[in-house]
Amino acid sequence: MSIISKEEAKKILEKALSYSKADEMSVSLGGGRTSNIRYALNSVSSGGESDNMSLLVTAGIGKRMGSATINEFNDKALERTVRRAEEIARLAPENPEYMPMIGPQTYLETPMYSENTAKMDSEFRAQVAFDSVDACEQKNLSAAGFMQDTTGFSAIANSKGLFGYNKATSVDFSVTVRTADATGSGYVTRDFNDISKLKTRSVTGIAMQKALASTNARALEPGKYTVILEPTAMGTLLQSMMSGMDTRLADEGRSFLSKKGGGTRLGEKLIDERVTIYSDPMNLEAPSEPFAGEGRNRTGSFLGGGGAVGDGRPQEKITWFENGVVKNMSYSRFWADKKGVKATPSPTGFIMAGGSQSLADLIKSTDKGILVTRLWYVRMVDPKTLLQTGLTRDGTFYIENGQIKFPIKNFRFNESAVIVLNNVEALGTPMRVGGNLIPPVKARDFTFTSLSDAV
Amino acid sequence: MPKIPALARTVTAEELLEPGLDIAIKKRLADVALNAATAKGATYADVRIARYLNQYVMTREDKVQNIINTESFGVGVRVIANGCWGFAAMGETQSEDDVARTAEKAVAFAKAHSRLMKKPVQLAPQKGFGEVSWKTKVEKHSFEIPVKEKTDLLLAVNGAAMSNGADFVNSTLFMINEQKYFASTDGSYIDQDVHRIWPNFTVTAVDKSSGLMATRESLSAPMGRSYDYLQTNPTDKLTGVTTRYNQGYDMLEDATAAAKQARLKLKAKSVEPGKWDLILDPSHTYLTIHESVGHATELDRVLGYEANLAGTSFATFDKWKSKNFNYGSKEVNFFADKTQPGSLGDVGWDDEGVKTKKWDIIKDGILVNYQAIRDQVHMLGETESQGCCYADSWSTVQFQRMANISLAPGKERLTVDEMIKDVKKGIYIIGDGSYSIDQQRYNFQFGGQLFYEIKDGQIAGMLRDVAYQSNTQEFWNSCVKVCDERDYRMGGTFFDGKGQPAQINSVSHGSSTARFNGVNVLNTGRKI
Repeated sequence: MSIISKEEAKKILEKALSYSKADEMSVSLGGGRTSNIRYALNSVSSGGESDNMSLLVTAGIGKRMGSATINEFNDKALERTVRRAEEIARLAPENPEYMPMIGPQTYLETPMYSENTAKMDSEFRAQVAFDSVDACEQKNLSAAGFMQDTTGFSAIANSKGLFGYNKATSVDFSVTVRTADATGSGYVTRDFNDISKLKTRSVTGIAMQKALASTNARALEPGKYTVILEPTAMGTLLQSMMSGMDTRLADEGRSFLSKKGGGTRLGEKLIDERVTIYSDPMNLEAPSEPFAGEGRNRTGSFLGGGGAVGDGRPQEKITWFENGVVKNMSYSRFWADKKGVKATPSPTGFIMAGGSQSLADLIKSTDKGILVTRLWYVRMVDPKTLLQTGLTRDGTFYIENGQIKFPIKNFRFNESAVIVLNNVEALGTPMRVGGNLIPPVKARDFTFTSLSDAV
Repeated sequence: MPKIPALARTVTAEELLEPGLDIAIKKRLADVALNAATAKGATYADVRIARYLNQYVMTREDKVQNIINTESFGVGVRVIANGCWGFAAMGETQSEDDVARTAEKAVAFAKAHSRLMKKPVQLAPQKGFGEVSWKTKVEKHSFEIPVKEKTDLLLAVNGAAMSNGADFVNSTLFMINEQKYFASTDGSYIDQDVHRIWPNFTVTAVDKSSGLMATRESLSAPMGRSYDYLQTNPTDKLTGVTTRYNQGYDMLEDATAAAKQARLKLKAKSVEPGKWDLILDPSHTYLTIHESVGHATELDRVLGYEANLAGTSFATFDKWKSKNFNYGSKEVNFFADKTQPGSLGDVGWDDEGVKTKKWDIIKDGILVNYQAIRDQVHMLGETESQGCCYADSWSTVQFQRMANISLAPGKERLTVDEMIKDVKKGIYIIGDGSYSIDQQRYNFQFGGQLFYEIKDGQIAGMLRDVAYQSNTQEFWNSCVKVCDERDYRMGGTFFDGKGQPAQINSVSHGSSTARFNGVNVLNTGRKI
């Protein structure tokens, strides 16, 4: 397996740096294994494994930058790669926004690694798929699911003395369960750092229950409804908001955080005062990476291309929205330097604070409303208002007098996360979705614009 | 912004022109893989020894942001053992031992997973083609053009946009070369050299006092071509309300127009929601075709193999078997074609050694066929695959991917101007915008780049905040006219995603301008 210790990584990185003739140089090493199993129609359809470790060398010469990667680590190969990065840098055009590399940093030791996940094998994966399929077969239901697990590390260093190392594991599991007559469909997804937290059979049971309960769906008129967005649905809606916290875009008048007349909405109350969203790499339930990463994702980020590790800024706990007020926005180092402020990197994961109510409590307190399991094909319509369109999917139910009354046909929506977070009625207990912690959210006046026949 | 592809390494621009592995070595490695797999019990095996070369040039206003050259080389082996598929891959190797071990690993995976398999894989027979080759017609090789010429072009494009009213502009050149060697136990040794290019930009205009922002993206199409796509002849241009492009693309001219149009969009009238007749330009329609016809007629979706993510399809077997399912009006004819010159899907053989071809999907409005590969076609009562199997890397397993699916031109002579003349209350939409469709491909919503109001047969100015919503069957049945072949043009997508783990595919969709009556248009303007 392509995972090495902190000491071994440091040795390789220091050796690579020792060959540098550039003004400055950064090196990053990433490696690991990713494996998956996929099934559909209650039968395995594909599965595989990929192992990789590679080194990315970035040379800075004046305001020019060049990168090269390699996946062999003997002295000769390291020197050759350093020379190649320097050569590419010399040939590159000057970047007027080039920023000198940063010096030594202190990084958090985030709790992202689990030995249980690291030691998974193909028999174990086959058992996971079997547990999910078997539960469905017993009820004459059809399962289509996917599980991917990653075990990897990343290490960074530069010629100014910076060094960081992190190792992590992750597991992503999802299953869609459909009734034999294809009139009902249910979905569930779970992700963890530690595989022992994944209980496939019982989790699949949630999707099975939704599939069975969603047959014979009735059509409601499109319009504005109170909705309870389960964490999976709310997380999807929040993605574009949380990836749009960049100050430069807002300063340029191109973001939902742009102020009319110029500037940003930093310090303004933009959403309901019950909403607080922050990032915290040390959160035990949803830890995130200790280095700032541009273009990193949670799974598979260690694989390929030497890893796009970013500029090595340390991640720390940052509050983005506090009681509805825009508390912090992210900066590239260039823009922060130009503005004379701290260069806060954008988060790799986020946590939306919630309340103590369960999903059942939220349903119980609802006179009339719609329960949404999952949102699908969500696309930006207008980045200035964060208006997005998409559809409900795999379990949409009508609630009346505190009870789920009947399944309903899926809707298309056109709605902005900013409007949803202004219309909050109640927040439930957060749970982990896609590496983030998100509560179920009850919000009024959610805009459904048309009906879909899709099941 | 694109990232360095997984498992790729960065190289210099010059290295992109270096020859790959000698074909004799590839054949030897392929035979090693096939023999190792069959020795371990595989009843079928194929191997892809592939080299993927990419160059991305990215700029913003007067700055070159990044130039990325990457090379990815490796071997992927797919086998059937115990009646089950297995796959394994290894990068950066030319060692016979490594290749044999990879093939053995694929067999081991197949055997381990076969306990969860319900029915053994049924593979359509395929004759071997022996040693054959195919290559994209290249007049001007993208990687032979100096990087400086490319950055000069993009900076000139940005300059043209900025001096014509843009506040911001990003422009990019994507250039791709896939060098794929495929061999199988059927006796094929297929060497292919595939080229693709996509020049594109986004121009942004901002009015800080009103808080409005407008963007206009390029009207280029990604093509199965090389740098010669950036040469234009007068016949490649269709003039009219704005210039649109066919076989050649004038990026500088389009950026100039885009900047002016982005400023005009800021002042355009916000659309009145309701029923409108739509005139859709091919630069727009390709995406509606892609989502509502292309994906809906993929057989793996119809069967349920993509149920967990991409979804299934409304175009079920009973509709196909009925031979009378009105997918669209009589004007609507769709064909699949993996041999269309210049298209993104144009190859000689697919990634399981099947000779590519053209076939009908919808004829006179009726659903007549699907897109299927070797392990699926028996379900259609056919004995030969349609040749639309693809993997986006040596490291990923090939599966059914969309062929070029195109709307056939109208049979009667009809120009765009003649079509517009008959419209009382309509919107003429050019370019693709926001897009979304449900998991069975019924309900969709599309935006666009340019929206022109048509009043009593005349263009009456620009509109904004336009999106239309419809249902696939209802929409294609509202198609009343399609312009003739003189207006036929291709659009396409470079990054169509499907599968778990996700893979990308490049695919073109041709059409002539088409008219749709009484489509539901909504206003997307909001205040926050």
